[in-house]
Amino acid sequence: MSDTILDVKNLRVEFNTRGGIVPVLDNLSFSLDRGERIGFVGESGCGKSMTALALMGLLPSIGRVASGQILFKGQDIVNASTKRMQDIRGNEISMIFQEPMTSLNPVFTIGSQIAEVLHRHRNMDKSEALKTAVDLLDAVKIPDARNRIASYPHQMSGGQRQRVMIAIALACEPEILIADEPTTALDVTVQAEIFDLLRDIGVQTNTAMILITHDMGAVRQMAQRMLVMYAGRKVEEGTVDQIIKSPRHPYTKGLISCVPHIRKGADRLPNTLPEIDGIVPDITSFGKDQCLFAPRCERLTQQCLDRKPDHQMIGKAEQQSVSCWHPYGRQT
Amino acid sequence: MATSKKSLQTLAQDRESLALVTARHPALEVFSMFIANRAALVAMVVLMAIILAAIIGPMVYKTDPFEMVWAPFTPPGTEGFILGTDYLGRDLLAGLLHGGRVSITIGLVAALMSVFIGISFGAFAGYYRGYVEEVLMRITEFFQVLPTLLFSMVIVALFGASLQMITIAIGLVSWTAVARITRGEFLRIRELEYVTASRSAGATDLKLIFQVILPNALPPIIVQAALMVGSAILFEAGLAFLGLSDPNVVSWGQIIGSNRLYILDASYTVTVPGLAIFITVLAISLIGDGLNDALNPKLRSR
Repeated sequence: MSDTILDVKNLRVEFNTRGGIVPVLDNLSFSLDRGERIGFVGESGCGKSMTALALMGLLPSIGRVASGQILFKGQDIVNASTKRMQDIRGNEISMIFQEPMTSLNPVFTIGSQIAEVLHRHRNMDKSEALKTAVDLLDAVKIPDARNRIASYPHQMSGGQRQRVMIAIALACEPEILIADEPTTALDVTVQAEIFDLLRDIGVQTNTAMILITHDMGAVRQMAQRMLVMYAGRKVEEGTVDQIIKSPRHPYTKGLISCVPHIRKGADRLPNTLPEIDGIVPDITSFGKDQCLFAPRCERLTQQCLDRKPDHQMIGKAEQQSVSCWHPYGRQT
Repeated sequence: MATSKKSLQTLAQDRESLALVTARHPALEVFSMFIANRAALVAMVVLMAIILAAIIGPMVYKTDPFEMVWAPFTPPGTEGFILGTDYLGRDLLAGLLHGGRVSITIGLVAALMSVFIGISFGAFAGYYRGYVEEVLMRITEFFQVLPTLLFSMVIVALFGASLQMITIAIGLVSWTAVARITRGEFLRIRELEYVTASRSAGATDLKLIFQVILPNALPPIIVQAALMVGSAILFEAGLAFLGLSDPNVVSWGQIIGSNRLYILDASYTVTVPGLAIFITVLAISLIGDGLNDALNPKLRSR
C-alpha cells in the first residue's frame, strides 16, 4: 500500500542489572508506514518507553540492543555512528516526552530553544530561525506567538509547554514523531486538545507517529493501528477498530474492559469497573520461556507456564496478530 | 456600548503590558532579588568604592609607594601624611592605593583561573562519568590533599616570586572546590528531562555540556567564584606576609609583611592594610552570600 519508513525486526534490548542480564524488549517486530499513526499500549514498565529510546538510540547506559534491526528508510540504525544518530534525532525522528514541566531548559527563552533545533539541523541564521519559530508556535496554536517567543518556560502552563515541545519536535519536519505519554502530566481538557493537535498535524504534514500511552481512549482517538505490550513482549497487534471490537489476548481484553464506553454502543456504565488483578512481573523474570501474563490470566493452563507462546496471525487479511496459547474468539 | 468597547480596549492593553512584565529576563529577577538584600547591597557599594579607589587613586595621588618621602614611623595625620609612613619612611596611603590594585587583581585573576580549571574538570567528569570521571576526580583529589600554603610556596620558590607566578600558584591550589561543585551539579542536571529532550533533538556532547547543562549549573559556581576572590586576596596576603611576594609591586599583604617587625611600636603600619583586606574580603563574602540567596530558586519568592 504505502511505503514503509520504519521496520523493526526481532529487536532485543537487554539491561545489565545487578540481578544479571534481562531482556526489557524481547523479540519485538513492527513496521510503520509513512504518515501512519500507531499506538503502543500497556501498563507502566512494559517496555513502551524503552522502545522509543531504542529507536532514538538513547538507551540508558545499562541498556544495549542485543540483537535485531531497526531499519529506518531501509537503513539499519542500531549500529549507526554517534554523528549519524545526532543528525537523525530531532531532524528525521523527533520525540516528545511525558513531562512538559521539566522538558524545557529553564534558562533559555522558548524562542531560542526552537531556533536552536533549526540552527542545528537546517543551518538557519538566528533571525530566520526565530521567524520560523513564531510560525511554529502559531501552528501549535499558542496565542500571541510573536511575543511569546521571548517567554521563559516557567512563565507558561503545562499545556503550553507541551505545545512548545511539539513545536520543537516538528521544527525540522521529521518523518517520525514519537510521543511518549505526551499528556500524562496534563489535566483532562488539555489532554484532548494536545491529542487533537497531534492528530491534525500528523494528517496535515503526513508525519508518521508512534504514540505511547496507557490510555485506550487516546489510542482510539489517535491511531490507526495499535500494538499491545506486556513485560517487554508484543502480545497483540492489529488495527485499532479490530482490536477494540474483538481483542484476542486476555491482557488486551482486560485493558479494554477497564475503560468504560470505549466500545461503540456500550452507553451504560457497568456497576463495577473491572480491573486486571496483579501487577507486571519483576524485570528479572522478563526473559523466561513462558507466558509472562500467565499469573494474572483467567485462561491459564500448564502450557502457558511451560513455553512462551509464538506470535501468530489471526483472522482474515492479517489485520490482527496475537501471542497467546488460548486467544479469545478463535472461531472468527 | 462605547464605554464597554473602550474598556475592552484598555483590557487588551493591560494584558499586553502584563505580558511584558512577566517576560522578564531571569538575570533581571536575580538582580532585583540581590538589591533587595541590604547587606549585599551595602557590600556592593563598599566594594565598588574600594575598586574605584584602587583604579583612580594612583592616578590622582601620585606619590610613589616605594619612595622614602619622610621620616620613618610618622604617625597618621601628621606632617600631611593621612595614613603616616612605614619603617622606611614610605607613604602608607600611596602603598594602600597601589597595593589595592595588585591585591584585587590577583584575587580576580586567580579566582577566574580556578573557575576555568574547575569547570573544565568538573564538567567533563560529571558529564562523561566512567573512566573520564575517575581520572579527572583523582587528579582533583590529588590537588585537594596537598597542603595549599606549602604547595604554593614551593611553586613561588621554584619559579620566582613574580606577580604572575603568585597568581598562578593561588589559582592552582584553589580550583578543586569549583571542580567538585561543578561535577555535582552536572551529575544532577545530566539526568534531568530537558537534557534528554535536547539530546533527542540532536544536540552533540559539547553542546549539551556547555550550552545546556553548564548554564543551569552556574549559580553555585558563581557564588563559589565570588567567595574565591576573597580567599585569593587573603591567600596572597598570607604569602606576602611570609615574604613571598613580588618585590617590584606593592600589595596589601606585602605592606603587612614588611612592617611586621614593628607591629608593637607602630601598629598602624599593619592595621591600615589589614583593615583594607578585612573590609574587602568581608564585602566580597557578603556579596557572595547575597548572590547565593538571589540565585537559589528555593529562596526566591515568586
